[in-house]
Amino acid sequence: MDILYLLIPMSAVLVLLILGLFGWALHRGQFDDVEREGERILQPDGFAPDAGRVDVDQVAPPGPGQQSRQSDPEADQLQPDQPQSGQPRPADHRTAKEEAS
Amino acid sequence: MANNAATADMPGMPGMPGRATTPATTAAASKTGAAATTGAVYSDTVIRCFALAAVLWGIVGMLVGVIIAAELAWPDLSMGIPWLSYGRLRPLHTNAVIFAFGGCVLMGTSYHVVQRTCQTRLFMPALAMFTFIGWQVVIVAAAISLPLGFTQGKEYAELEWPIDILIAVVWVCYAVVFFGTVGTRKIRHIYVANWFFGSFILTVALLHIVNGAAIPVSLTKSYSAYAGVQDAMVQWWYGHNAVGFFLTAGFLGIMYYYIPKQAGRPVYSYRLSIVHFWALIFTYMWAGPHHLHYTALPDWVQSVGMVFSLVLLAPSWGGMINGIMTLSGAWHKLRDDPILKFLIVSLSFYGMSTFEGPMMSIKTVNALSHYTDWTVGHVHSGALGWVGLISMGALYHLIPRMYGREKMYSTRAIELHFWIATIGIVLYIAAMWIAGVMQGLMWRAVNPDGTLVYSFVESVKATYPFYVIRLGGGLLYLGGMLIMGWNTVMTVRAGKAATASVPAVLAHA
Repeated sequence: MDILYLLIPMSAVLVLLILGLFGWALHRGQFDDVEREGERILQPDGFAPDAGRVDVDQVAPPGPGQQSRQSDPEADQLQPDQPQSGQPRPADHRTAKEEAS
Repeated sequence: MANNAATADMPGMPGMPGRATTPATTAAASKTGAAATTGAVYSDTVIRCFALAAVLWGIVGMLVGVIIAAELAWPDLSMGIPWLSYGRLRPLHTNAVIFAFGGCVLMGTSYHVVQRTCQTRLFMPALAMFTFIGWQVVIVAAAISLPLGFTQGKEYAELEWPIDILIAVVWVCYAVVFFGTVGTRKIRHIYVANWFFGSFILTVALLHIVNGAAIPVSLTKSYSAYAGVQDAMVQWWYGHNAVGFFLTAGFLGIMYYYIPKQAGRPVYSYRLSIVHFWALIFTYMWAGPHHLHYTALPDWVQSVGMVFSLVLLAPSWGGMINGIMTLSGAWHKLRDDPILKFLIVSLSFYGMSTFEGPMMSIKTVNALSHYTDWTVGHVHSGALGWVGLISMGALYHLIPRMYGREKMYSTRAIELHFWIATIGIVLYIAAMWIAGVMQGLMWRAVNPDGTLVYSFVESVKATYPFYVIRLGGGLLYLGGMLIMGWNTVMTVRAGKAATASVPAVLAHA
């Protein structure tokens, strides 16, 4: 049964890959507040009911070439519940949330 | 910052003739006065193509199934024409319903779900269109080469090596489009349906490439890279994981998006859906050896296959309960909405066949059931009941929205389709259960002196009435699909290819 020398190591690699993906998802906060995510798809355009306020933790993280959100003036306008720019802001909202959990 | 007013699916203009190929424009976004859109529209043209192709290939694949069912009852039907013989049409049937019908449903719905849940348009829409065209070329090549007798002889992997290579190319492009879209998503959370679709795409690529390894000797002939029982092991490692990831994980992705959308309720437990996903993909890989019980495969490998098959009962039923309980507290919707009937009853069949499957993988049960029509009945309770019904339900939800309508042309026709299809399935699987158990018992019956009580042909003769009943069930199921075809044509003619804007608020937040 030489074929098992191919199939079994392949399964082992796959399991490690799945574990790695699971760890990635866990640490990137994919499983925070999961029940809200179930509701999101029901909104006509996919917004959660309270998305108007706390979108910032749901936006894809900026790519390497993009500016960070904190220096984006438009972001400030869109987040009335955030401290005004000029005042010291808490650390990145998303990061803070992840550390707290 | 109010949410944008534009709904994802624009109300259409019923009665206005339209064409499927109307190019997407941004006009729709400005018409709705939606300030909060990006101006970009979702890439829905490729979804429309896949949805309509799925209905067409569903009719063709099921028609071929009915023809070969009739040939089993009346073998002379092929009239000696080799292209119409059972052995050549049977792989055409399986390839048409699984890869043409099922594949088009999966690709179309996954492109829809990934865009709507990630709130971004498809990554490389032109490549997505290539996956549509490439997949249709594969289907047509299969429909020509299989009746001509070109086959690798591996179940569900019959297509010869040039077509296999094209499948691999198309599939890699599909993966690029899908994962590229996930990678450029505007919503940080990846909805659970996308996890199911993603695992299905990656696993099918791996299975196809490993099992398809072959040495070509000519354009139309190749030999497997593996030999004997090694080849059988690879084949059923492929075969069962194709069931697990193509026909299960992919369609579970459909289930987790379209049931909540159609019911207007979030999935019963989103937490359970996540557990369902990880449990399923961790445990699926080694169920394949149950297809090789009592063969040259080492005994312990058979036992491993059996144990993993039994373990699979847990995640399967967790997912089934999760989907059905989505209607908890709103069961009345099931009475009024035929699309929900399709979706929820498909889960009942999923639960039934994922209970039956592990039972049949137990070696002592398998000793009776293997090589009989019970296996055929089991496969079809999964294929007609689970895959077929959930596909039809999802298409009935998807097609009107892709054509700017809220509903299909005729809701009563959907209701009729549902009942015809369900009665057809029940006739089909009940006939095959009885036939299968009967065959198993006849084959193992021995006289006191050790000789067989029945010759093989006696069991074939005894099966004849059940083959006729099965044909009746198949005809009903095909009839339902023809109603769907008519309903789809009327819906498309009355509707207009709709453009849906990508909401922009989140993109700027």
